[in-house]
Parts: sequence; C-alpha cells; structure tokens
Amino acid sequence: MDASNKKPGWRPSWWRGRTAVIGVPYFWLLLFFLAPFLIVANYSVSEMGAIRVENITSVVDGAVKLTVKYSNYVNLTADNLYWHAYLASLKYAFFTTVFCLLIGYPFAYFMARAKQALQPTLLMLVMLPFWTSFLLRVYAWKGLLDEGGWVADLITGSHFDRVLLWLGVIETQGQLMHTTFSLIVGMTYTYLPFMILPLYANLSKMDLRLLEAASDLGATPWVAFWRVTVPLSKAGIIAGSMLVFIPCVGEYVTPELLGGPTTLMIGRVIWDENFSNNDPPMASAVAVILVLLIVVPLAIFNKYQVEAQEARK
Amino acid sequence: MKNRAIFGTRFAKGFGRAWLVGGFLFLYLPMVTLMIFSFNHSRLASHWGGFSLEWYAKLASDTEIINGLWLSLKIAVTSATGSVILGTMAAFTLVKYKRFRGRTFFTGMVNAPLVMPEVIQGLSLLLLFVAIQHATERFDGGFPERGFFTIWLGHLMIGMSYAAVVIQARLQDLNPQLEEAAMDLGARPWQVFRLVTFPMITQSLISAWLLTFSLSLDDVVASAFLSGPGATTMPLVIFSRARLGLDPSVNAVATVMIVIVAICVALASVWVARAERRRAAEISAAARDDS
Repeated sequence: MDASNKKPGWRPSWWRGRTAVIGVPYFWLLLFFLAPFLIVANYSVSEMGAIRVENITSVVDGAVKLTVKYSNYVNLTADNLYWHAYLASLKYAFFTTVFCLLIGYPFAYFMARAKQALQPTLLMLVMLPFWTSFLLRVYAWKGLLDEGGWVADLITGSHFDRVLLWLGVIETQGQLMHTTFSLIVGMTYTYLPFMILPLYANLSKMDLRLLEAASDLGATPWVAFWRVTVPLSKAGIIAGSMLVFIPCVGEYVTPELLGGPTTLMIGRVIWDENFSNNDPPMASAVAVILVLLIVVPLAIFNKYQVEAQEARK
Repeated sequence: MKNRAIFGTRFAKGFGRAWLVGGFLFLYLPMVTLMIFSFNHSRLASHWGGFSLEWYAKLASDTEIINGLWLSLKIAVTSATGSVILGTMAAFTLVKYKRFRGRTFFTGMVNAPLVMPEVIQGLSLLLLFVAIQHATERFDGGFPERGFFTIWLGHLMIGMSYAAVVIQARLQDLNPQLEEAAMDLGARPWQVFRLVTFPMITQSLISAWLLTFSLSLDDVVASAFLSGPGATTMPLVIFSRARLGLDPSVNAVATVMIVIVAICVALASVWVARAERRRAAEISAAARDDS
C-alpha cells in the first residue's frame, strides 16, 4: 500500500483509495483480533514455568523444537469443577433466554401492534436502557434483592420465596441475594432489550393481510397467531435468542455481583485462573473450549443474519 | 391501518397494554430506585432514612472516583472517535466492495467481537500485549506499559465492531444513485464521500459515537484485564466497591453518570433532528429552484 502511494500513476487512483479503505480495518482486525486469538491457542498448550510461561517452540542444537503440552486440557477433563462450570453456564444462559423470550415476545408483539404514532416513543423507551450502564443496572438489583430491599420484602411478604425454595433456586427462605434466583433475574433484566429489539423489528414488518387471510379461511385469532405469526417471526426469535444466549454463557459481571458460591460460571473461572491463580495457560485452555462451545450457536446466528440480509435486497 | 390484537377484543387490548406497562416498569423501576436511594440519609442502602445530599458531598472529595471518572472520560472520548473512523471504513468495505479476497473472513472478524465473551477478548489482548512486551524487553523494559494506552486499544477493538454495525445499516439504506450522479458529474472518490455520502450518514456516525462512548465508559471486564497500576477507570472503582456490598457512594455516582449520559443523548438527538430539518429544507429549496 505504501509502495503504491509513492508511485503515482502505477494504478488508477480509485484503486489506491479502495486498498486503504479495505486494508486499514483488515490489518487492524488481523493484529488485534486474530493474532491475540492465536496467542491464546498457543498459551493453552503451554505450561507455567517457574516465573514465566514456557514457550512451546524452543531452539535445540540449531533446530526448532516444538513441544506441545496437553496438561491443561487433561486437567480440564480430570477436574469436575470445570465441567460443572461449563454446564452451569449453559444452563443459566438457557433459562435466561427462555425468560427473556417469555417476557419479550408478547412485549414486542404488543409494541408492534400498538398505535403507529406511539411506536417510535415505545422503541426509544426500550433503547434507553442500552445507554445506561450495564454495571449499574446489575448493581441496582443488589439493592432490590438484598435483605430489606423492597422487591425482597415483596417476595418474602407474599411468601413467594416458598415457591422459589421449592423450585430449588434459593437455599434458605428469605435469603434471595447470591442465589440462582438473583443471578437469573439480573441476567434476564440486563439482556431483555436484546431480545425485544430484533423481535420488534421482525414483527412490525409482518404483513397483516396474512392474518386476515387466515381468519377468512376460518382460523380463530389464537390459531392464526400460532400458525401464522409465530412461524413468520422465526428469524426474529432466533436472532433475539442468540443475542441473549451467547453473551450470557461467558458473562462475568452479573455472576460476580449477584451470583453466589453455588453459581460458578465459566467467565469467572477464566478470570480466577488468570488473576487469582496467575495461570494464563490454564485460563487460555478454558477459553479455547468456551469458544468451541459458542461456535455452534454463533454459526446458526450468522446463517440467519445472512438470510435476513439477502431478504432485504 | 388495521391494528388487530390477538383476539381483537377489549380484553386483548387491555392485556396488551398491561403487558407493555409491566415490561416498562420492570425495565425502569430498578434504575429509579437506585437513583432515589442516592439521596438516602441512612447508610443502609435498603432503608429510607430521610432526604440528604451527603453522598454527593462526599463524592466531591473522593479522589479515587474523580480520577477514575477523568481517566474513563479521556478513554471513552478518544476510543469512540477512533471506533467511528475505523468502523466507517469497515462498514464502507462491507457495503460498497462486494468482491475482494478474504471478504467472508473480514465479515466474520468484524462481527465476532459483538458476541465474543469479553473475558476472552480481555485475556487474549492481555496476552498479546505481554508477548509484545517480552519481544521489546531490551528497550526501556518493554512496550507497551499496561495502562491508558492498552485500555484504549481494547475499547477501540470492541467499539469498532459496534460502530461498523450501526453505520453499515445506514449505508445499506442509501440510494447509490446519488453517489453515482456525483461521480458522473466529475467528483473524485474522496469528494463523493465528503460531499455526498458523509452528510447522509452523519446521523448514524453520531449514534455510533454515542454508543461506543457509553460502552467504553461502562466497560469492566476488558479494562480489568488491560489496566495497570495507577490506571483504574471509574467502572473498575464502582465494581470493586459493589463487590464488597451495597455502597451509597455508588448510588450517587450512578445517578451522576445516568444524568450525564441522558443529557448527551438528548443533546445529540436535538442536534440530529435540527440537522435533518435543515437538510430537508435545503433539498426542497433546491427542488424549487429547479422548477
């Protein structure tokens, strides 16, 4: 790119501009996204030496020698802690997605069917939480669910905590913070807009004549909803679910602030391996497996995004 | 416009309205409670002990918070600006250049940071910086030192993807004929961008800037991995206090932050609305001149 800039007339001028526009972000992503990733993969097959990480390549008698160490991955499979953390992350992310969908779908539906003049305002009201700090939104629940918080008082006052205890999401009656319950509430709260927005975008574009056709053909509104509206909003459901599920799996802040000793999630394991145990190779191995776990939902998400973009053209 | 709810009955209408109101209460009540309790006299964050401004007074002399806020603002302004510049280039590439080698790969790399867990992004960038530092150890003990610069790079990395998505959406909706007309009239590519494309995407550039600004101002995980001694951003201060339990000073900071962000968003939307109106007036004036 630099060489071509110094030689005017070497290529047509639009070519140079184009190369720079593509080249700069491309180079940037290779350096700060791909390279760090390869380093993580490299670390995951290294081991902690006495002071620093031992390199997997070493020069012995003038030849480069490659020593790949699988010990991190062996530890991963041997220690129950990691499996529990992976499973727990998937489980909590799944339930958060389900609750977001249960609250978000009717919400997006009624939003899309509200008066046309009202819709921009409603949309802005859903967007606003995006602008407020994620950290502070999580922290807000600490005050609500801690002993004496008004939501906690409401739940214990109505004896709803007995139901929660029976469901096994809290351990002792009246103690709501640092439980599975507080974790799921916190994550559902912070990720709800991510579910509503793609669903609203999808539902508001739906052709309402299809519902008229369904009713002309004798479908009750309830049947038409389940057999026309819901199947047509499949892309929105998938986009919203993935936007909630994928980040939830690797969530760190919410489990740290609202979760308890029993709610170990994989984001916290990576954090602890790196900061508390000072073992970046182990943290890298845990991270590599986490990436493999989210690749599948990511591929599904990408496929539907591409299809949606094709449909727009 | 036919707006029929599921049953089309009064019951369904009422149910829909109740669901919307309930949803908005769920979204807003926790934040409102948080702000109200910043004026609480009692130290116990869950018991109302009368109105007081003492936490705000304490905030004014809390150097940890003030230094953190100053650092966070510096990082947020610079990284948001960088994100918008890089994001515009990436969005332009994705929308305008349909054929070049490695396009699919490029698309994947632009979108990946949006869904990649931040713990992994923080860890991977940290290991990159450690590797660079080892390689340059001979000079001055290694570069880059962890602090402002490394946090800034991390936020720029994440912000670029968000900016690219926002700007890309706007670029896709543009009518390509306007740019083609400018080119036919002899404008060079840079002039086409500056005089035609840029004014049309200004609004998305501003929203992208505000979005990346607020993401940076709020970031905990990547900053924790990339910060060094003496570079503690405000979210890191808040996070370490919140970890220990409820702290009224956090409520006060939260209220200040929410007000700052709300003012920024309000100002930006007023500005955008005014710019749009001016553009619309110019376009209709131009059309009148024509006829």
